[in-house]
Amino acid sequence: MRLDPRLSQVFMKILLWTFTGFTLFILIFIIVNISIKGLPQVTPTFLLQDPLDMGRHGGIFSTIVATVYVTVLAILLASPLGVGSAIYLTEYTREGWVTRLIRFGAECLAGVPSIILGLFGFVLFVMKLGFGWSILSGGLTLAIMVLPIIIRTSEEAIKAVPQEYRQVCYSLGLSKWQTITRIVLPSALPGISTGIMLSVGRSLGETAVLLFTAGAALRTPTSLFDSGRTMAVHFYILAREGISMPNAYGTAAILMISILLINIVAYSLMQHLMKRYS
Amino acid sequence: MKKELYIERVLLFLALSSIGSLVTITVFIFWEGIPLIAYTGLKNFLLSSHWAPTRGHFGILAMIISSVLVTIGALVLGVPLGLACAITLAEFAPERVKTLLKPTLELLAGIPSVVYGFLGVIWLVPLIRDYLGGPGLSLLAGSVILGIMILPTVISISIDALSAVPDLYRDGSIALGATNWQTVHRVVLPAAGSGIVTAIILGMGRAIGETMAIIMVAGNALKIPTSILDPVRTLTANIALELGYASGRHREALFATGIVLFIIIMILNLAASAITRRR
Repeated sequence: MRLDPRLSQVFMKILLWTFTGFTLFILIFIIVNISIKGLPQVTPTFLLQDPLDMGRHGGIFSTIVATVYVTVLAILLASPLGVGSAIYLTEYTREGWVTRLIRFGAECLAGVPSIILGLFGFVLFVMKLGFGWSILSGGLTLAIMVLPIIIRTSEEAIKAVPQEYRQVCYSLGLSKWQTITRIVLPSALPGISTGIMLSVGRSLGETAVLLFTAGAALRTPTSLFDSGRTMAVHFYILAREGISMPNAYGTAAILMISILLINIVAYSLMQHLMKRYS
Repeated sequence: MKKELYIERVLLFLALSSIGSLVTITVFIFWEGIPLIAYTGLKNFLLSSHWAPTRGHFGILAMIISSVLVTIGALVLGVPLGLACAITLAEFAPERVKTLLKPTLELLAGIPSVVYGFLGVIWLVPLIRDYLGGPGLSLLAGSVILGIMILPTVISISIDALSAVPDLYRDGSIALGATNWQTVHRVVLPAAGSGIVTAIILGMGRAIGETMAIIMVAGNALKIPTSILDPVRTLTANIALELGYASGRHREALFATGIVLFIIIMILNLAASAITRRR
């Protein structure tokens, strides 16, 4: 017996919306759960005091510092590489085997799991180059991790800048490089910032890479060669070893809310750019 | 003019950084891991499930099987759910709902994997232990958490694939008297097929490479699972659990585990990009 097509359509629509609603529910559940249990822990003291007794008491100040250090280092290293790659891909070449090779590299790099990056950073930076578990090793490995994100978003942003802008510049006698630095890049800036912000978000939440490259020392790092435990690693250790559930929730809440805010701002910047030029 | 040429060279050099990193990563992982595989023999390494690195046994079969099973489990949950979201948003939702829901669901990608693992331990594991039995930390728990974690990948790539299908197809089908659902089911989905396959393959890559969440919920036991309620240790978990203290042959064995994982991921990436290119 065949079901009436209109009836089966109603049935399928209900099913599809239920699934969508369920997915949305999962997201809301995660955010609400972590916020309700975590936010009450977040007090100025929690943010500004160092962890005491392995994180059982005290706050998370040193882990915030370590997180900021590795993230800033990763962004400083990856941004010029990523934006440079994007400029080269969009402005300087025609599609050919070189661009295919570069795109292929970026695509594959984006798919490399973080534990593999962790292994790599561990053997190259920590062991072979002798940087040890340090902010430097962590930042270098994170930079490789976020590079594909910056390339992809910058490329998209630069491509969104209308061709007419460039033609006007050339007709005014500007060189290619002047056109890029004075017109194309400033116009694409919101999109490029999107890539950088998404990279910050990715770095904040990363654990597997940093556990094996930046280590888990609880002291506040004071140099590039100091080990530093980031918030995500701290949260992992607190939760996994059952050291302190309240502190774990508090750390998770700060981590998750900052990442979500960063992603929301990043997304709206990109939307803004796309709307302006489409 | 000289300056322009110079700039172009510098930019080309920067642009080679991604492929350069990829090559360097490959070389180092293989360089560190190959000696162990040469020592045990490929067959003993891949086809034995006896892993006792301190006593010289390096068989990773149990972990390969666990990784594959957890990934299949993740797909069973994540693909229908993700595809349903993608179809709803791309085909049925009003424009305003779509512009609101799409970025919202993408936020799932921003939640750190340790948070997924943590909530898995707090909520899912006790649920499984109390209602289904076993230790709770299990293949099933791992599959469910990974299934949720691959959702953003599956959703966003599937939406792109569905949106790329020209409206002419839909109009033609509707004009022939098909309902909206018949149109989606018989016309749009087949037309977007290769894109959806790409979404599934990339979701698979995401699942098999995930580490922190799976360590927290899957139980990490060293044996071939016989039920979905058994605890399992994946390839990724094996590396992350032991790298901290491993040395000598043991460390090499972890890099060799990394090689296996790396090869699986690269095959998936190549397949995905081959499908995308053919389109």
